[in-house]
Amino acid sequence: MGQYGIGQPVRRKEDVRLLTGKGRYTDDIHFDGQLWAAFFRSPHAHAKIKSIDSAAALSVAGVRHVFTGEDMRKGGMKPLVADINFTDRKGNKMYKPVRHILPSDRACYVGEPLVMVLADSAEAARAGAELIEIDFETLPNITSTAKAAEPDAYVLHPEHGSNIAVHWENSAPDEVDALIAQAPHKVKIHLVNNRLIVAPMEPRCAVATYDAKEDVITLYSPTQGVRPAQAGFAGLLGIDKKKLRVISLDVGGGFGIRSKRYPETAAVAWAAKHINQPVKWRGDRSETFVSDHHGRDQVNDAVMGLDKNGRVIALRLETIVNVGAYSGDNGPRLPIDGGGRIIPCGYDIEKFYFSVKPVYTNTVPTDTYRGAGRPEANYIMERLMDAAAEECGLTRDEIRRRNLIPLSKMPYRTQMNFVYDSGDFIGTMDKTLELADWKGFASRRKETEKRGKLRGIGLASFVEQAGGRPTEEMRVKFDENGKATVFSGTFSHGQGHETVYAQMVNDYLGVPFDQIDFVQGDTDTTPPGGVGTFGSRSSMMGGVAIKRSCGQIIMKGKKIAAHLLQADPAAVTFENGLFRVGVSSISIQDVARAASDPAKLPEGVTPGLDESNLFEREPDLNNFPNGCHICEVEVDPELGTIEIVKYTALDDCGVVLNPLIVHGQVYGGVAQGIGQALTEDAIYDAESGQLLAGSFMDYGMPRAHHLSMIEAHFTDDQPCKTNDLGVKGAGEAGACGAPPAFVSAVCDALTPYGVKHIDMPLTPERVWTAIQQAKAHKAA
Amino acid sequence: MQPFNYHRPTELADVVKILANSEDPKLLAGGMTLLPTLKQRLAAPSDLIDLSRIPNLQGICEDKNEIIIGAMTCHADVAASDMVRAFCPALADLAGQIGDPAVRHRGTIGGSVANADPAADYPAAVLGLNATIETNQRRIKNDDFFTGLFETALEPGEIITALRFPRPKRAQYQKFRHPASGYAVVGVMVAQFDAKARMAITGAGPNAFRPHAFEEALTGSFTAKAIEGLTLDPDELLSDMHASAAYRAHVALVLAKRAIGLIS
Repeated sequence: MGQYGIGQPVRRKEDVRLLTGKGRYTDDIHFDGQLWAAFFRSPHAHAKIKSIDSAAALSVAGVRHVFTGEDMRKGGMKPLVADINFTDRKGNKMYKPVRHILPSDRACYVGEPLVMVLADSAEAARAGAELIEIDFETLPNITSTAKAAEPDAYVLHPEHGSNIAVHWENSAPDEVDALIAQAPHKVKIHLVNNRLIVAPMEPRCAVATYDAKEDVITLYSPTQGVRPAQAGFAGLLGIDKKKLRVISLDVGGGFGIRSKRYPETAAVAWAAKHINQPVKWRGDRSETFVSDHHGRDQVNDAVMGLDKNGRVIALRLETIVNVGAYSGDNGPRLPIDGGGRIIPCGYDIEKFYFSVKPVYTNTVPTDTYRGAGRPEANYIMERLMDAAAEECGLTRDEIRRRNLIPLSKMPYRTQMNFVYDSGDFIGTMDKTLELADWKGFASRRKETEKRGKLRGIGLASFVEQAGGRPTEEMRVKFDENGKATVFSGTFSHGQGHETVYAQMVNDYLGVPFDQIDFVQGDTDTTPPGGVGTFGSRSSMMGGVAIKRSCGQIIMKGKKIAAHLLQADPAAVTFENGLFRVGVSSISIQDVARAASDPAKLPEGVTPGLDESNLFEREPDLNNFPNGCHICEVEVDPELGTIEIVKYTALDDCGVVLNPLIVHGQVYGGVAQGIGQALTEDAIYDAESGQLLAGSFMDYGMPRAHHLSMIEAHFTDDQPCKTNDLGVKGAGEAGACGAPPAFVSAVCDALTPYGVKHIDMPLTPERVWTAIQQAKAHKAA
Repeated sequence: MQPFNYHRPTELADVVKILANSEDPKLLAGGMTLLPTLKQRLAAPSDLIDLSRIPNLQGICEDKNEIIIGAMTCHADVAASDMVRAFCPALADLAGQIGDPAVRHRGTIGGSVANADPAADYPAAVLGLNATIETNQRRIKNDDFFTGLFETALEPGEIITALRFPRPKRAQYQKFRHPASGYAVVGVMVAQFDAKARMAITGAGPNAFRPHAFEEALTGSFTAKAIEGLTLDPDELLSDMHASAAYRAHVALVLAKRAIGLIS
């Protein structure tokens, strides 16, 4: 392992470019003669569209075209229907409403794009969009997650007769209910997992051109992988995917929502072909609030029965997830066979009932967001364990120690049919308790109390699952000058792949780190089996495919080297970039140069040193990053404000390829988790259905000062046993650990008042109100 | 942003002329509220008159027992001014808590006061520190200036030129920041002058206001104890998704006591 090899804290290659303003984003793309698009969006949560009048818009100087969804349907546009199918226990199928790209009959949420205006300038397009006249007949609306599932709720899609898309259950509840009824200890919790605005730094953007001669649309847009985008948008446009080239340049944040199909992007691609002219749309920040998918938004009710020793006997869990007006590509999956399938997380619970009701409401569709169901699942389990500790008279670490899956039970098959290959959950928790000086907390609390504040400590032990789709293809190619290029099927949108993949090629093939190029994000060059980056999958999928590609290169290189050195291929060894036979050697770059010349090749060997590997894993062989996070807070009891004073994270993400980058992933995940728990809340007005938190003036993103120094540690003694690299995902762990650790800490601080739980976000007013209510309760 | 005529006059008299001759003019000071409004196409003035080149609108000076801050002085300059800090540290502290560094280097005291945002910080200083608003036409007493939500006593064609603050014996500003915008959910200025005490609350009501019962109590005894038991009526305060009126009333009391506690 050299200076740039696997495991080294190599600084990110891409950062010089990105941090000095030399990144190239979709918005940097312009074409001569391009028209700018703007969208008229629904001002109503729910309204029938009686008529659309474009005359005033078309009269604006510079406005060239106005297109409705009806125009697009006539021009071949297909409706957006999620590829998700679940059934209830009786076999009834999940209801999926048809989502038209720019619906012309009904608007189902505030911000839904309804009409597209194309003009010579962005300003003219906007001015035109403002003058679109739609005769709306407003309809009642429903935005509340809990209310949408009630039997007498207003029904958004009358043809289905209910807002509940499907009532999915893992089994009948009877056995679990009976066990809980007889359990000596019972705990019951009700949790709201707040809706979040994802808010990537780069707003959405799309530029499309059309080559009439070849009948090919080229779409530039930020994605998390160009191949799924190519297939998805070609499907919407009703064209063969060979007729759609997708290019993603640098991308300013994905978090899950970037990998989805959006109406605006499809409309831009459609229009470019329809008018045979380049079209560009740059969404502004306000549009990201009302048209990018939102995250989370669940209501959870859970009951758990425990024996007298504090061992869980059975768990009953009911989840309502608000999927918005239509099913997103992934929305209803998240609690079921998406991330939520990790339930009951790190705990050894055999008897388990799980019910999920995805509900349709007049809100922006929700979809994957950093963790995609796992943060929600771990939050439920950790809040349950805190409640159980109190009920059973045990400390919060002891209740976990008694219920976490012990190392001796690995590999462990869960109730949801995952097999945890590795992980020392109890050992990791115990190490974290030491790192965070859990034992010394009492003296820190005393010191805080001297200053008139309250101090609390909380822990969260979590398990998540990483991997996503089970195939990925990578290609490693040498050119005739001996320079190596990685053609990536995954798609780095901030993760640092350019660096980590170069470390791997440097390590495996001995090619100097700075002589390894990186190509991604273009369906003309991305390997055909490329998928993308989400679900913390790139190292375990792309990384393995790179390792295997490098192995194939060495195999082929040995044949060429043997030929050049006039030796037996079986006698050739490869190490540190050199093929050796006895005292003779030749570098891999020289082999690559020779490989480009057919005259220098042995018989039967094709020219070039260029290998691809399509890695396929068993679909259920995800990996299971886990860890323990401990958070310490100070609460001002008069105002209800919270300060995080200490945060300790110990993560088991298997073998660490680049600790600097994995630290960054942990910090980012924790920041997003703390954001959810402390300040973020995408609130809709219950009456009007308007998004109240519709700008950064109202929606509280986490700030640097909200986070104390995060101490991030790794434990690497439990490498993943199901992939070649021993890696586990690292991108989403922080978002799983932070919310429960933080809420636990705040409730611990409020122990003097007897506050058991506060729903996220723990705003000062909510904390203050909880204290007032607890005081009143005590007095009564 | 809609098109508009842009003017950058160098004489105050020219500003007045352009104001009089334009259909729907707007004065541009720091633009920290106006520019986002224009960008969101929520306002479409015919003419924008940039005040940045008008002489004598910027800078800080002392005159007898008053400190005079030019209307176009940015918040960062007030926060960093040794003169302000020596004269009234609370005023420098308040300016240093407005928005973020970018806002503090663009936003101006005159712009903030003229905009009369109910959650802005400066109105608490104007009322709590008994300032006088100087315009191109007259001097306006602070109590007469803020007339409602984003409403002031300024007449058409009237331009704030400076703010004059008398020297308090002691003063303190406490702010409860909005987690997203950085505006004051509640901001409380308390000040003791020779004859009487003053207190002003911003963020909590439709505009900044002085709770007179508190001032009387503090005039009697400038201690946290003196206002013990006094309350604000939540019915007169704002309630929104960030803070209910009851919470705002509570926070104002806590901040008032803390402010007094820090200087009494």
